[in-house]
Amino acid sequence: MPKCDQGTMIELSGVCKSYDGGASYAVRDVDLQVAEGELVVLLGESGCGKTTTLKMINRLIEPTAGRITVDGADVREQDAVLLRRRIGYVFQRIGLFPHMTVGENVAVVPRLLGWSRRETAARVDELLELVGLPAGEYRDRLPRQLSGGQQQRVGVARALAARPKVMLMDEPFGALDPLTRASLQDEFRRIHDRLGLTTLLVTHDMTEALLMANRIAVLDAGRLVQVGTPRKLMTHPASRVVAQLMETPKRQADRLEAIVQEKETHA
Amino acid sequence: MSDEAVQRIAECLMNLPDYLGRHVQVSALALGIGIAVSLPLAIIGARSKALRWPTLTAASVIQTIPSMALLALFFPILVGVSYLTRRAFGVSISALGFLPTIVALTLYSILPILRNTVTGITGVDPAMTEAARGLGMTPMQVLAKVELPLALPVIIAGIRTATVWVVGIATLSAPIGQTSLGTYIFSGLHMENWIAVLFGCVFAAALALVLDQLIGLMQSGVSQRRAGRVVAAGLVLVVVIAGGIALPAVQGTSLASLAGGPDQEEQRTATAATKRTYVIGSKTFAEQYILAAAIRDQLSAHGLKASLREGLGSAIIFRALATNEIDCYVDYSGTIWVNHMKRDTVADRQAVLEGMTWWLARKHGIRCLGPLGFENAYALALRRERADELGAVSIADLSEAAGTLRIGGSYEFFGRPEWTRLRDAYHLAFAERKQFQATFMYKAVATGEVDVIAAFTSDGRIAAYDLVTLDDPKQVIPPYDAVLLLAPRVADDSALAEALRPLVRAITVETMREANYTVMRDRDAMTVDQAAAWLRERLAGSPSAK
Repeated sequence: MPKCDQGTMIELSGVCKSYDGGASYAVRDVDLQVAEGELVVLLGESGCGKTTTLKMINRLIEPTAGRITVDGADVREQDAVLLRRRIGYVFQRIGLFPHMTVGENVAVVPRLLGWSRRETAARVDELLELVGLPAGEYRDRLPRQLSGGQQQRVGVARALAARPKVMLMDEPFGALDPLTRASLQDEFRRIHDRLGLTTLLVTHDMTEALLMANRIAVLDAGRLVQVGTPRKLMTHPASRVVAQLMETPKRQADRLEAIVQEKETHA
Repeated sequence: MSDEAVQRIAECLMNLPDYLGRHVQVSALALGIGIAVSLPLAIIGARSKALRWPTLTAASVIQTIPSMALLALFFPILVGVSYLTRRAFGVSISALGFLPTIVALTLYSILPILRNTVTGITGVDPAMTEAARGLGMTPMQVLAKVELPLALPVIIAGIRTATVWVVGIATLSAPIGQTSLGTYIFSGLHMENWIAVLFGCVFAAALALVLDQLIGLMQSGVSQRRAGRVVAAGLVLVVVIAGGIALPAVQGTSLASLAGGPDQEEQRTATAATKRTYVIGSKTFAEQYILAAAIRDQLSAHGLKASLREGLGSAIIFRALATNEIDCYVDYSGTIWVNHMKRDTVADRQAVLEGMTWWLARKHGIRCLGPLGFENAYALALRRERADELGAVSIADLSEAAGTLRIGGSYEFFGRPEWTRLRDAYHLAFAERKQFQATFMYKAVATGEVDVIAAFTSDGRIAAYDLVTLDDPKQVIPPYDAVLLLAPRVADDSALAEALRPLVRAITVETMREANYTVMRDRDAMTVDQAAAWLRERLAGSPSAK
């Protein structure tokens, strides 16, 4: 359940984005509140506006209309560069810099913030341990020497480097194989709770949304169609779109169940 | 290997520190400036599509200008700049040699660096730049920490291309007065000293390869994070460049005095001494090299210091004299008459000499000390048996057969008004027209590749190849008396005039032909210095010439 008593960390009100001067909208009138400590998943089909919504929060994209606040402050009244350094960001395509070692990648934001060498080094080692990559072994490797899962662990460590309160994640586990994906999902959820983060995560993967989210916000054609807990969405879908979305994992679960049953009868 | 070849190689080696050093100097400086100019331009170009096209197009256009033309173009421009700076600040710059070379080479280095840097930066995966922005990098930080490092291999590849080009093109700076490895090639080409030509080519290629590999090594060291390799390659690079810059100075002092080396070098370093050093120019052919050396020796015999500025282009050398870049050189009355005075009528030898002397003094303040005594005119020449076959004695005899004949000439000849007048006066409609560097022109007529050439009358190869020169009964070709010209600032220098006067009317065309031939014959070729000494011993009138 959302911990509403701890206050709102991210708030979007009436946010719109149009790329053609108002003829059409990629995102339209989105109102969304993410409470401190909450993990909210933005769910929707490709092109529904979920990544655009996410990028407007750290001003990689500027909204056409509406207001966005992070930790109580309007993002448009802040310097975009400084804002981004305070918000952790994990990229869909991982985005590790290939010319930097694992350690240097994690140290990017602390260096931008002017941390001392010793403080940065200590933080890098701490984070690599946190994401399950022993610093002694991985610190000096280049990204290309790591597996996809290991690379995204580094991506998470890099986003966490400057102790942000807020994490934005853009389909962070989309490019990973199912096993790696599942273990990283679990691990991130644990890190999220342990560090008391507030996370907004974009995905089109229903199962991921159901397993990770406190609440799910469903976007369709740029509009927010329903916001609620996974259970609520499953039991009380507000529209056909939501119902259809929820159908898929349910049907998959039923079919898996059927296969298991079949095998047992044969045995 | 014959003694001949050994001697020529030894001669080449003696000049190597100077030529190689100066080659490294101009190449390294031009590349340094080229990088400093291209990188910011490329970064702007990569950012702004509107600016990318014009900058890349401008750089490409520069690249299409032939190297020789670009090098030569900067001479008149710099003469103008020099005039302006002298008026504005009282400082004049030298429009010869170093400056035009640096400017032209810098321009050539821009395109590969610019294009590769733009390609490198625009080729960076957008996911990388978005990640960099998303983490909170400013645009400058995105550029410095992500885009440039990722584009580095492509940028370095551009710098390597530019390096190879610049080192190669720097050989072409010889005709505008910049000493370089090209000096071997150009003087070798004009004097049929193939060892010198090869020597220049080999060292230019080796230099290009070494620099290219060193830069490549540094880059692979950076990308593989091997600091040792980067430092080692960087150090060698610094040593090569610093060595190049130091070499000419080293040779100027210790080497020359050690070996009792060429006095030219001693004199170059003696510029700081109290007495002024006269600069003697020469064009790009054997006769000019020999005469310049003879003038230098004549001056030293009179206790005057002199240095040489060899291998200057024909148009450049006159401007260089008029602007006091050089003090003295030998030109030909017909060249002044046609090229500079723009006369299209032909007068007799004496009238041309007098008209020219008066015009030079009045128009440019240049003093004509007098004719040397021989002519180096254009003359149509054929192999003896070909001439007999055609029954040709004068140019008029060619008009009928011209339709079946091929004519060869120097690059300059067919652009000159004499050619047009000659063609029209004798109705010469040749079947084919070919242009050659002088050396190859004589070879072409000797091997029958062309039937007629526009030969130079004082060239030793006319006798050597048994060529027959045709008479010019209609007197279309103007006289080409070799004349000694003095720059405006030394026009009244009586010491200089006295020292040079023994050369006036003292060289017969036979003597000059023989001297010209001695330096380029295949066997027992003399060096230019030896030929100059030989020539001075034979000055008409006074055997000692003092």
